[in-house]
Amino acid sequence: MGEKKLMKGNEALAEGAVRAGCRFFAGYPITPQNEVPEYMSWRLPEVGGAFIQAESEVSAINMIYGAAGTGTRCMTSSSSPGISLKQEGLSYCAGADLPLLIANMMRGGPGLGNIAGCQGDYWQATRGGGHGDYRLYVVAPNSVNELANLPRKCYEVAFKYRIPSMILADGTIGQMMEPVEYKEEPIDVSKLEKPEWAIGVNHEHRAKRRITSYDLTEGGLEIMVNDRIKRYKAIEENEVMFEEKMTEDADMIVVAFGTPSRVATAAIKMLREKGIKAGLFRPITLWPFPYKQIQALAKRVKKFVSVETSMGQMVEDVRLALNGTAETHLYCKVGAAVLTAEEVAAALEEIHNGSTKYAAVK
Amino acid sequence: MYQGIRIAGFGGQGVISAGVLIAQAGIIDGKEVSFFPAYGAEMRGGTANCSVVVSDEEVTTPIVSRPDTVIVMNEPSLAKFEPMVKPGGVLIINTSLVNSKPTRTDVRIVNVPCNDIADNEIGNPKTLNMVMLGAFAKATGAITLESVKAALPKVYKKLAKKPEVLALNEKAFLAGANAVK
Repeated sequence: MGEKKLMKGNEALAEGAVRAGCRFFAGYPITPQNEVPEYMSWRLPEVGGAFIQAESEVSAINMIYGAAGTGTRCMTSSSSPGISLKQEGLSYCAGADLPLLIANMMRGGPGLGNIAGCQGDYWQATRGGGHGDYRLYVVAPNSVNELANLPRKCYEVAFKYRIPSMILADGTIGQMMEPVEYKEEPIDVSKLEKPEWAIGVNHEHRAKRRITSYDLTEGGLEIMVNDRIKRYKAIEENEVMFEEKMTEDADMIVVAFGTPSRVATAAIKMLREKGIKAGLFRPITLWPFPYKQIQALAKRVKKFVSVETSMGQMVEDVRLALNGTAETHLYCKVGAAVLTAEEVAAALEEIHNGSTKYAAVK
Repeated sequence: MYQGIRIAGFGGQGVISAGVLIAQAGIIDGKEVSFFPAYGAEMRGGTANCSVVVSDEEVTTPIVSRPDTVIVMNEPSLAKFEPMVKPGGVLIINTSLVNSKPTRTDVRIVNVPCNDIADNEIGNPKTLNMVMLGAFAKATGAITLESVKAALPKVYKKLAKKPEVLALNEKAFLAGANAVK
């Protein structure tokens, strides 16, 4: 469909969300995601949508809480410290079963950290982040093109299962420019049906509706949460996405997402030139995590390496997937340091040769 | 074909713009490309650099750690980026502003007085990065004048209506190319 357009990740994400039907955005500036609100500020009015620069991240996520309650496709975005500020609101949205899109262009942390790309928010994203029993549908693109096309999938899953969805990308993906090709025509929002739970719409001839994260009747909350857990199980069953590269003949599998998955691909190609058969497993959904798919690989492959730009966060999910059936190793860089293909290749070679420097994580 | 490039200089020299133009020219040539800028508190007069990849195959790492070509536009960038060049690669130096001499003997050194050419030969200091791109194209063959000409109005929409500015950029590009021996 059309020619490939050179786009910055953040702008490609914003355009992708608009094409996927987003008509309300609220956010507060923070590097390295500022191009998202900047783009939305002129783009949304063009399509009859609304953009608000809120007075804070807390305010922005609570505007999303309201907008999502009307069944409108809405979005907020931020980077690590700003995402932390949004956690209370996100927990309320999850508790009220609201579909929405939130993007985190991760930077170095904790605290103020720095503005370079990093993956230290993996635990926060995949374990909920806010209080209470809940999940987010979390996807992790590794290219501008994938980032551009993911909002559509996020809204589909979010509305089908009534769950907030999150795009978790490192700042590098947001800042880089690559060719983009939108796979599908823009959604005509006038043809989207308003959900049967949405408030502020279809007032006539219907019972009152309520958007809430609580039920104070005896046993009410238990019923609410259990109903949600059923939907989480369905998501785990139906919505896992992943990519495998060069795994067919591999005797060592690198597990990586986002930018590190690309650095790892370069490293794997270097190793293959030396005759070392490594392969790449890339989770695209971080929740639901592709546990079964990694388990299946472990029938044949006995060495797995999690490559991350965090202190060893995703490696815990790899260990859960393998459950002792294969070695789990870790190679990581922290503090938003740049991961190079040369150093990843050197570490992978040592691990392949049985060096104890990157000993198996137990 | 795989060409990993690092361009470094002062903010305001057009280092970032040149990187975007290489990437756009690559798309026009049917290549896979990526562009990654150093971002954040960048400002005119501060330091700026970017990574660009133009390749026949999928681009793996967008941050180029072992560039085939490094373009050094100011003095401090030489010390920082010279060691990164792949053995057998190309090091393009803007000798108008870089007084130090490179020490590498395993790379091809291309000296181009970019500022002098832009200021004196072209008569417009803003064409500095086009002089640099011309030299890069001649030294590496990674992009062509045709693809850069087509890329300019795609990156800078207003240029489509300013043929005289496009002509000036073309002149600067060719002057840069001619400066490469």
